[in-house]
Amino acid sequence: MSRLVKEFVKGLWDELPPFRVLLGLCPVLAVTSSAENGLGMGMAVIFVLTMSNLIISSIRKVIPAKVRIACFIVITASLVVTVELLMQAYAYPLYQKLGIFVPLIVVNCLILGRAEAFASKNGVVLSIADALGMGIGFAASLTFLGAVREVLGAGTVFGVPVMWESFKPAEFMIMAPGAFVGLGVILAGMNAFNRYQSRKKGEEVPDVMNGGCAHCGACGGIQDLKDK
Amino acid sequence: MEYFLLFISAIFINNIVLVQYLGACPFMGTSKSSDVALGMGGAVIFVTLMATAITWPLHQYVLIPNGLEYLQTIVFILVIASLVQFVEMFLKKVIPPLYKSLGLFLPLITTNCAVLGVAIMVQRNGYSFIKSMAYGLASGIGFLIALVIISSIRERLDIAPVPHVFRGVPIALITAGIMSMIFFAFKGMVA
Repeated sequence: MSRLVKEFVKGLWDELPPFRVLLGLCPVLAVTSSAENGLGMGMAVIFVLTMSNLIISSIRKVIPAKVRIACFIVITASLVVTVELLMQAYAYPLYQKLGIFVPLIVVNCLILGRAEAFASKNGVVLSIADALGMGIGFAASLTFLGAVREVLGAGTVFGVPVMWESFKPAEFMIMAPGAFVGLGVILAGMNAFNRYQSRKKGEEVPDVMNGGCAHCGACGGIQDLKDK
Repeated sequence: MEYFLLFISAIFINNIVLVQYLGACPFMGTSKSSDVALGMGGAVIFVTLMATAITWPLHQYVLIPNGLEYLQTIVFILVIASLVQFVEMFLKKVIPPLYKSLGLFLPLITTNCAVLGVAIMVQRNGYSFIKSMAYGLASGIGFLIALVIISSIRERLDIAPVPHVFRGVPIALITAGIMSMIFFAFKGMVA
Protein backbone atom coordinates (compact mmCIF):
# COMPACT_ATOMS: atom_id res chain seq x y z
CA MET A 1 0.00 0.00 0.00
CA SER A 2 2.75 2.41 0.96
CA ARG A 3 4.48 1.63 -2.35
CA LEU A 4 1.28 2.55 -4.14
CA VAL A 5 1.09 5.90 -2.40
CA LYS A 6 4.79 6.49 -3.06
CA GLU A 7 4.45 5.87 -6.80
CA PHE A 8 1.43 8.16 -6.93
CA VAL A 9 2.96 10.98 -4.95
CA LYS A 10 6.33 11.09 -6.72
CA GLY A 11 4.70 12.47 -9.87
CA LEU A 12 3.17 15.30 -7.87
CA TRP A 13 6.43 16.72 -6.57
CA ASP A 14 9.67 14.72 -6.57
CA GLU A 15 9.56 13.92 -10.26
CA LEU A 16 7.02 16.54 -11.25
CA PRO A 17 6.88 16.77 -15.03
CA PRO A 18 7.80 19.09 -16.67
CA PHE A 19 9.30 21.27 -13.93
CA ARG A 20 11.48 18.65 -12.26
CA VAL A 21 11.93 16.26 -15.13
CA LEU A 22 11.95 17.99 -18.48
CA LEU A 23 9.60 15.83 -20.49
CA GLY A 24 7.16 16.62 -23.25
CA LEU A 25 8.29 20.18 -23.77
CA CYS A 26 6.37 20.87 -26.98
CA PRO A 27 2.88 20.86 -25.48
CA VAL A 28 4.19 22.57 -22.35
CA LEU A 29 5.37 25.52 -24.41
CA ALA A 30 2.66 25.52 -27.02
CA VAL A 31 -0.66 25.14 -25.27
CA THR A 32 -0.03 27.14 -22.11
CA SER A 33 -1.11 30.47 -23.58
CA SER A 34 -4.10 30.23 -21.22
CA ALA A 35 -4.94 28.22 -18.13
CA GLU A 36 -7.90 26.64 -19.88
CA ASN A 37 -5.82 25.28 -22.75
CA GLY A 38 -3.23 23.97 -20.31
CA LEU A 39 -5.88 22.17 -18.30
CA GLY A 40 -7.46 20.72 -21.46
CA MET A 41 -4.14 19.36 -22.69
CA GLY A 42 -3.39 18.07 -19.20
CA MET A 43 -6.67 16.14 -19.10
CA ALA A 44 -5.96 14.58 -22.50
CA VAL A 45 -2.51 13.53 -21.30
CA ILE A 46 -3.90 12.07 -18.05
CA PHE A 47 -6.29 9.95 -20.08
CA VAL A 48 -3.73 8.73 -22.60
CA LEU A 49 -1.04 8.13 -19.98
CA THR A 50 -3.31 6.18 -17.62
CA MET A 51 -4.75 4.03 -20.38
CA SER A 52 -1.37 3.38 -21.99
CA ASN A 53 0.22 2.43 -18.65
CA LEU A 54 -2.78 0.19 -17.92
CA ILE A 55 -2.59 -1.59 -21.28
CA ILE A 56 1.18 -1.84 -21.43
CA SER A 57 1.58 -3.14 -17.89
CA SER A 58 -1.10 -5.75 -18.42
CA ILE A 59 0.48 -7.12 -21.60
CA ARG A 60 4.09 -6.45 -20.67
CA LYS A 61 4.95 -10.13 -20.54
CA VAL A 62 3.65 -10.74 -24.05
CA ILE A 63 5.52 -7.88 -25.74
CA PRO A 64 8.88 -9.07 -27.15
CA ALA A 65 11.67 -6.86 -25.85
CA LYS A 66 13.02 -6.15 -29.31
CA VAL A 67 9.90 -4.50 -30.67
CA ARG A 68 8.61 -3.02 -27.43
CA ILE A 69 9.05 0.62 -28.48
CA ALA A 70 7.06 -0.01 -31.64
CA CYS A 71 4.34 -1.68 -29.56
CA PHE A 72 4.25 1.25 -27.14
CA ILE A 73 3.93 3.67 -30.05
CA VAL A 74 1.05 1.72 -31.59
CA ILE A 75 -0.81 1.55 -28.27
CA THR A 76 -0.27 5.26 -27.59
CA ALA A 77 -1.26 6.21 -31.12
CA SER A 78 -4.54 4.28 -30.88
CA LEU A 79 -5.33 6.01 -27.61
CA VAL A 80 -4.51 9.40 -29.09
CA VAL A 81 -6.86 8.74 -32.00
CA THR A 82 -9.54 7.91 -29.43
CA VAL A 83 -8.90 11.18 -27.62
CA GLU A 84 -9.00 13.07 -30.92
CA LEU A 85 -12.38 11.61 -31.82
CA LEU A 86 -13.77 12.18 -28.31
CA MET A 87 -12.59 15.79 -28.34
CA GLN A 88 -14.08 16.39 -31.76
CA ALA A 89 -17.39 15.07 -30.48
CA TYR A 90 -17.59 16.66 -27.04
CA ALA A 91 -15.06 19.50 -26.82
CA TYR A 92 -14.71 20.84 -30.33
CA PRO A 93 -13.68 24.43 -29.41
CA LEU A 94 -10.86 23.07 -27.25
CA TYR A 95 -9.85 20.66 -30.03
CA GLN A 96 -9.56 23.58 -32.42
CA LYS A 97 -7.54 25.63 -29.96
CA LEU A 98 -5.07 22.85 -29.24
CA GLY A 99 -4.84 22.18 -32.97
CA ILE A 100 -1.93 20.08 -34.09
CA PHE A 101 -0.85 19.35 -30.53
CA VAL A 102 -3.63 16.84 -30.00
CA PRO A 103 -2.22 14.31 -32.50
CA LEU A 104 1.25 15.19 -31.28
CA ILE A 105 0.47 13.68 -27.85
CA VAL A 106 1.72 10.52 -29.57
CA VAL A 107 5.29 11.75 -29.51
CA ASN A 108 5.09 13.24 -26.02
CA CYS A 109 8.17 11.81 -24.31
CA LEU A 110 6.30 11.69 -21.02
CA ILE A 111 4.04 8.89 -22.23
CA LEU A 112 6.69 6.79 -23.95
CA GLY A 113 9.06 7.51 -21.10
CA ARG A 114 6.65 6.20 -18.44
CA ALA A 115 5.82 3.19 -20.60
CA GLU A 116 9.48 2.32 -20.97
CA ALA A 117 10.65 3.23 -17.50
CA PHE A 118 7.72 2.07 -15.43
CA ALA A 119 4.78 0.27 -17.02
CA SER A 120 6.93 -2.29 -18.83
CA LYS A 121 8.49 -3.36 -15.52
CA ASN A 122 5.68 -3.08 -12.96
CA GLY A 123 2.23 -4.46 -12.27
CA VAL A 124 -1.08 -2.98 -13.37
CA VAL A 125 -2.11 -1.26 -10.13
CA LEU A 126 1.28 0.33 -9.53
CA SER A 127 1.42 1.50 -13.14
CA ILE A 128 -1.96 3.17 -12.85
CA ALA A 129 -0.86 4.92 -9.67
CA ASP A 130 2.30 6.07 -11.42
CA ALA A 131 0.36 7.29 -14.46
CA LEU A 132 -2.24 9.13 -12.38
CA GLY A 133 0.43 10.83 -10.29
CA MET A 134 2.51 11.84 -13.29
CA GLY A 135 -0.55 12.83 -15.32
CA ILE A 136 -2.06 14.96 -12.57
CA GLY A 137 1.33 16.55 -11.91
CA PHE A 138 1.69 17.34 -15.61
CA ALA A 139 -1.84 18.75 -15.86
CA ALA A 140 -1.36 20.88 -12.74
CA SER A 141 1.97 22.21 -14.06
CA LEU A 142 0.46 23.06 -17.43
CA THR A 143 -2.46 24.81 -15.76
CA PHE A 144 -0.08 26.72 -13.49
CA LEU A 145 2.18 27.84 -16.33
CA GLY A 146 -0.91 28.67 -18.39
CA ALA A 147 -2.38 30.73 -15.53
CA VAL A 148 0.88 32.64 -15.01
CA ARG A 149 1.16 33.45 -18.70
CA GLU A 150 -2.52 34.35 -18.95
CA VAL A 151 -2.37 36.71 -15.96
CA LEU A 152 0.67 38.54 -17.26
CA GLY A 153 -0.30 38.39 -20.92
CA ALA A 154 -4.02 39.05 -20.79
CA GLY A 155 -4.85 39.91 -17.18
CA THR A 156 -7.25 36.99 -16.80
CA VAL A 157 -7.34 33.48 -15.35
CA PHE A 158 -9.67 30.99 -17.05
CA GLY A 159 -11.06 34.01 -18.88
CA VAL A 160 -11.99 35.84 -15.65
CA PRO A 161 -10.32 39.25 -15.24
CA VAL A 162 -8.21 39.30 -12.08
CA MET A 163 -5.94 42.31 -12.47
CA TRP A 164 -6.69 45.89 -11.56
CA GLU A 165 -8.30 48.15 -14.11
CA SER A 166 -5.27 50.10 -15.31
CA PHE A 167 -3.19 46.90 -15.73
CA LYS A 168 -1.65 46.74 -19.18
CA PRO A 169 -1.18 43.13 -20.24
CA ALA A 170 2.19 42.28 -21.79
CA GLU A 171 1.17 40.46 -24.93
CA PHE A 172 4.70 39.09 -25.06
CA MET A 173 3.79 36.55 -22.39
CA ILE A 174 1.10 34.77 -24.37
CA MET A 175 3.22 34.52 -27.50
CA ALA A 176 6.09 32.12 -28.17
CA PRO A 177 8.88 34.09 -26.44
CA GLY A 178 6.83 34.28 -23.24
CA ALA A 179 6.52 30.49 -23.21
CA PHE A 180 10.28 29.98 -23.23
CA VAL A 181 11.02 32.74 -20.75
CA GLY A 182 8.14 31.76 -18.45
CA LEU A 183 9.26 28.13 -18.29
CA GLY A 184 12.88 29.17 -17.83
CA VAL A 185 12.04 31.42 -14.90
CA ILE A 186 9.89 28.74 -13.26
CA LEU A 187 12.70 26.18 -13.61
CA ALA A 188 15.12 28.66 -12.05
CA GLY A 189 12.61 29.12 -9.24
CA MET A 190 12.53 25.36 -8.70
CA ASN A 191 16.33 25.33 -8.54
CA ALA A 192 16.33 28.14 -6.00
CA PHE A 193 13.73 26.32 -3.91
CA ASN A 194 15.76 23.09 -3.98
CA ARG A 195 18.86 24.93 -2.83
CA TYR A 196 16.96 26.66 -0.05
CA GLN A 197 15.45 23.39 1.13
CA SER A 198 18.66 21.41 1.21
CA ARG A 199 20.44 24.27 2.92
CA LYS A 200 17.76 24.32 5.60
CA LYS A 201 18.16 20.60 6.12
CA GLY A 202 21.89 21.07 6.29
CA GLU A 203 22.49 18.79 3.34
CA GLU A 204 24.91 19.44 0.57
CA VAL A 205 23.61 21.94 -1.94
CA PRO A 206 22.57 19.92 -5.01
CA ASP A 207 24.04 20.52 -8.38
CA VAL A 208 21.86 22.42 -10.80
CA MET A 209 18.98 20.40 -12.12
CA ASN A 210 19.89 19.51 -15.65
CA GLY A 211 17.03 17.60 -17.12
CA GLY A 212 16.83 16.84 -20.78
CA CYS A 213 16.33 14.14 -23.30
CA ALA A 214 18.34 11.79 -21.11
CA HIS A 215 15.41 11.46 -18.72
CA CYS A 216 13.12 10.42 -21.48
CA GLY A 217 13.99 6.76 -21.73
CA ALA A 218 12.08 6.32 -24.96
CA CYS A 219 14.95 7.42 -27.12
CA GLY A 220 17.35 5.49 -24.95
CA GLY A 221 15.17 2.47 -25.44
CA ILE A 222 15.47 2.74 -29.17
CA GLN A 223 19.19 3.14 -28.75
CA ASP A 224 19.27 -0.14 -26.81
CA LEU A 225 17.36 -1.76 -29.58
CA LYS A 226 20.07 -0.86 -32.01
CA ASP A 227 22.79 -2.38 -29.92
CA LYS A 228 21.11 -5.76 -29.63
CA MET B 1 8.09 33.53 -56.06
CA GLU B 2 5.46 31.52 -54.24
CA TYR B 3 8.05 28.94 -53.22
CA PHE B 4 10.52 31.62 -52.23
CA LEU B 5 7.95 33.10 -49.86
CA LEU B 6 7.07 29.65 -48.53
CA PHE B 7 10.75 29.02 -47.83
CA ILE B 8 11.33 32.33 -46.08
CA SER B 9 8.15 31.94 -44.12
CA ALA B 10 8.93 28.39 -42.96
CA ILE B 11 12.56 29.09 -42.09
CA PHE B 12 12.27 32.47 -40.41
CA ILE B 13 8.77 33.82 -39.88
CA ASN B 14 7.17 30.59 -38.72
CA ASN B 15 10.33 28.92 -37.50
CA ILE B 16 9.36 25.44 -36.48
CA VAL B 17 11.00 25.52 -33.04
CA LEU B 18 11.00 29.12 -32.01
CA VAL B 19 7.58 30.18 -33.23
CA GLN B 20 5.64 26.92 -33.58
CA TYR B 21 7.24 25.11 -30.63
CA LEU B 22 7.66 21.83 -32.50
CA GLY B 23 10.69 19.76 -31.59
CA ALA B 24 11.41 21.60 -28.36
CA CYS B 25 12.74 18.46 -26.61
CA PRO B 26 15.67 17.83 -28.97
CA PHE B 27 16.10 21.60 -29.17
CA MET B 28 16.91 21.61 -25.46
CA GLY B 29 18.40 18.12 -25.28
CA THR B 30 20.91 18.18 -28.11
CA SER B 31 22.01 21.79 -28.09
CA LYS B 32 24.95 21.54 -25.72
CA SER B 33 27.60 21.47 -28.44
CA SER B 34 27.45 22.71 -32.00
CA ASP B 35 28.79 19.48 -33.56
CA VAL B 36 25.94 17.51 -32.08
CA ALA B 37 23.52 20.25 -33.14
CA LEU B 38 24.69 20.03 -36.76
CA GLY B 39 24.29 16.26 -36.81
CA MET B 40 20.84 16.39 -35.28
CA GLY B 41 19.72 19.16 -37.64
CA GLY B 42 20.97 17.23 -40.66
CA ALA B 43 19.17 14.11 -39.54
CA VAL B 44 15.94 16.05 -39.00
CA ILE B 45 16.07 17.57 -42.50
CA PHE B 46 16.68 14.14 -44.00
CA VAL B 47 13.93 12.33 -42.11
CA THR B 48 11.39 15.15 -42.49
CA LEU B 49 11.84 15.05 -46.26
CA MET B 50 11.57 11.26 -46.42
CA ALA B 51 8.57 11.20 -44.10
CA THR B 52 6.72 13.87 -46.08
CA ALA B 53 7.49 12.08 -49.34
CA ILE B 54 5.88 8.91 -48.02
CA THR B 55 3.03 10.17 -45.86
CA TRP B 56 1.68 12.65 -48.43
CA PRO B 57 0.83 10.06 -51.14
CA LEU B 58 -0.31 7.63 -48.46
CA HIS B 59 -2.79 10.14 -47.08
CA GLN B 60 -4.04 11.37 -50.46
CA TYR B 61 -4.28 8.03 -52.29
CA VAL B 62 -4.97 5.51 -49.54
CA LEU B 63 -6.55 7.15 -46.51
CA ILE B 64 -8.81 9.72 -48.17
CA PRO B 65 -10.36 7.47 -50.87
CA ASN B 66 -11.19 4.90 -48.18
CA GLY B 67 -12.56 7.45 -45.74
CA LEU B 68 -9.90 6.63 -43.14
CA GLU B 69 -8.61 10.14 -42.40
CA TYR B 70 -9.14 9.61 -38.69
CA LEU B 71 -6.35 7.02 -38.76
CA GLN B 72 -3.90 9.72 -39.86
CA THR B 73 -2.03 9.95 -36.56
CA ILE B 74 -1.49 6.24 -36.10
CA VAL B 75 -0.52 5.63 -39.74
CA PHE B 76 1.89 8.55 -39.84
CA ILE B 77 3.71 7.65 -36.64
CA LEU B 78 4.05 4.04 -37.77
CA VAL B 79 5.44 5.17 -41.11
CA ILE B 80 7.91 7.48 -39.40
CA ALA B 81 9.00 4.89 -36.84
CA SER B 82 9.62 2.21 -39.45
CA LEU B 83 11.15 4.72 -41.84
CA VAL B 84 13.69 5.76 -39.23
CA GLN B 85 14.70 2.15 -38.62
CA PHE B 86 14.87 1.51 -42.33
CA VAL B 87 16.91 4.61 -43.13
CA GLU B 88 19.30 3.65 -40.38
CA MET B 89 19.87 0.16 -41.79
CA PHE B 90 20.15 1.53 -45.31
CA LEU B 91 22.71 4.17 -44.40
CA LYS B 92 24.75 1.68 -42.39
CA LYS B 93 25.05 -0.65 -45.38
CA VAL B 94 25.22 1.75 -48.30
CA ILE B 95 26.61 5.12 -47.20
CA PRO B 96 28.74 4.50 -44.08
CA PRO B 97 30.22 8.03 -43.94
CA LEU B 98 26.75 9.58 -43.79
CA TYR B 99 25.74 6.97 -41.23
CA LYS B 100 28.68 7.93 -39.09
CA SER B 101 27.61 11.56 -38.95
CA LEU B 102 23.84 11.06 -38.69
CA GLY B 103 23.46 7.53 -37.32
CA LEU B 104 23.61 8.46 -33.69
CA PHE B 105 20.73 10.89 -34.01
CA LEU B 106 18.36 8.84 -36.12
CA PRO B 107 16.78 6.86 -33.27
CA LEU B 108 16.09 10.08 -31.41
CA ILE B 109 13.99 11.33 -34.27
CA THR B 110 11.07 8.94 -33.93
CA THR B 111 9.90 10.92 -30.94
CA ASN B 112 10.68 14.31 -32.48
CA CYS B 113 7.47 16.31 -32.82
CA ALA B 114 8.87 18.26 -35.74
CA VAL B 115 8.78 15.31 -38.15
CA LEU B 116 5.24 14.17 -37.31
CA GLY B 117 4.19 17.80 -36.99
CA VAL B 118 5.28 18.69 -40.52
CA ALA B 119 3.63 15.57 -41.95
CA ILE B 120 0.32 16.46 -40.29
CA MET B 121 0.58 20.18 -40.95
CA VAL B 122 0.98 19.87 -44.72
CA GLN B 123 -2.22 17.80 -44.79
CA ARG B 124 -4.11 20.33 -42.67
CA ASN B 125 -2.91 23.18 -44.87
CA GLY B 126 -3.85 21.26 -48.03
CA TYR B 127 -0.46 21.67 -49.76
CA SER B 128 0.31 19.96 -53.06
CA PHE B 129 3.05 17.32 -53.13
CA ILE B 130 5.80 19.64 -54.38
CA LYS B 131 4.76 22.34 -51.96
CA SER B 132 4.74 19.83 -49.10
CA MET B 133 8.26 18.73 -49.93
CA ALA B 134 9.42 22.34 -50.10
CA TYR B 135 7.74 23.02 -46.76
CA GLY B 136 9.36 19.95 -45.22
CA LEU B 137 12.79 20.99 -46.44
CA ALA B 138 12.37 24.57 -45.27
CA SER B 139 11.12 23.49 -41.84
CA GLY B 140 14.10 21.19 -41.47
CA ILE B 141 16.46 24.01 -42.39
CA GLY B 142 14.69 26.28 -39.91
CA PHE B 143 15.21 23.65 -37.21
CA LEU B 144 18.89 23.31 -38.13
CA ILE B 145 19.45 27.06 -38.03
CA ALA B 146 17.74 27.51 -34.68
CA LEU B 147 19.60 24.54 -33.21
CA VAL B 148 23.02 25.66 -34.44
CA ILE B 149 22.49 29.21 -33.19
CA ILE B 150 21.39 28.16 -29.72
CA SER B 151 24.13 25.55 -29.38
CA SER B 152 26.77 28.16 -30.18
CA ILE B 153 25.22 30.47 -27.60
CA ARG B 154 25.11 27.71 -25.00
CA GLU B 155 28.78 26.91 -25.56
CA ARG B 156 29.52 30.50 -24.62
CA LEU B 157 27.06 30.45 -21.72
CA ASP B 158 29.01 27.62 -20.14
CA ILE B 159 31.85 29.97 -19.36
CA ALA B 160 29.67 33.00 -18.59
CA PRO B 161 28.97 34.06 -14.99
CA VAL B 162 25.31 33.04 -14.96
CA PRO B 163 23.55 33.13 -11.54
CA HIS B 164 23.73 29.66 -10.08
CA VAL B 165 20.01 28.87 -10.13
CA PHE B 166 19.72 29.83 -13.79
CA ARG B 167 22.56 27.62 -14.97
CA GLY B 168 21.82 24.87 -17.46
CA VAL B 169 18.32 24.56 -18.83
CA PRO B 170 16.69 27.72 -17.37
CA ILE B 171 19.13 30.11 -19.02
CA ALA B 172 18.92 28.11 -22.25
CA LEU B 173 15.16 28.50 -22.21
CA ILE B 174 15.39 32.22 -21.61
CA THR B 175 17.93 32.49 -24.43
CA ALA B 176 15.51 30.60 -26.64
CA GLY B 177 12.83 33.11 -25.63
CA ILE B 178 15.00 36.01 -26.74
CA MET B 179 15.82 34.21 -29.99
CA SER B 180 12.13 33.61 -30.50
CA MET B 181 11.51 37.33 -30.07
CA ILE B 182 14.12 38.03 -32.73
CA PHE B 183 12.48 35.59 -35.10
CA PHE B 184 9.14 37.30 -34.44
CA ALA B 185 10.68 40.45 -35.87
CA PHE B 186 10.88 38.77 -39.29
CA LYS B 187 7.11 38.90 -39.31
CA GLY B 188 7.23 42.67 -39.30
CA MET B 189 9.82 42.70 -42.07
CA VAL B 190 7.59 40.89 -44.54
CA ALA B 191 4.22 42.37 -43.55
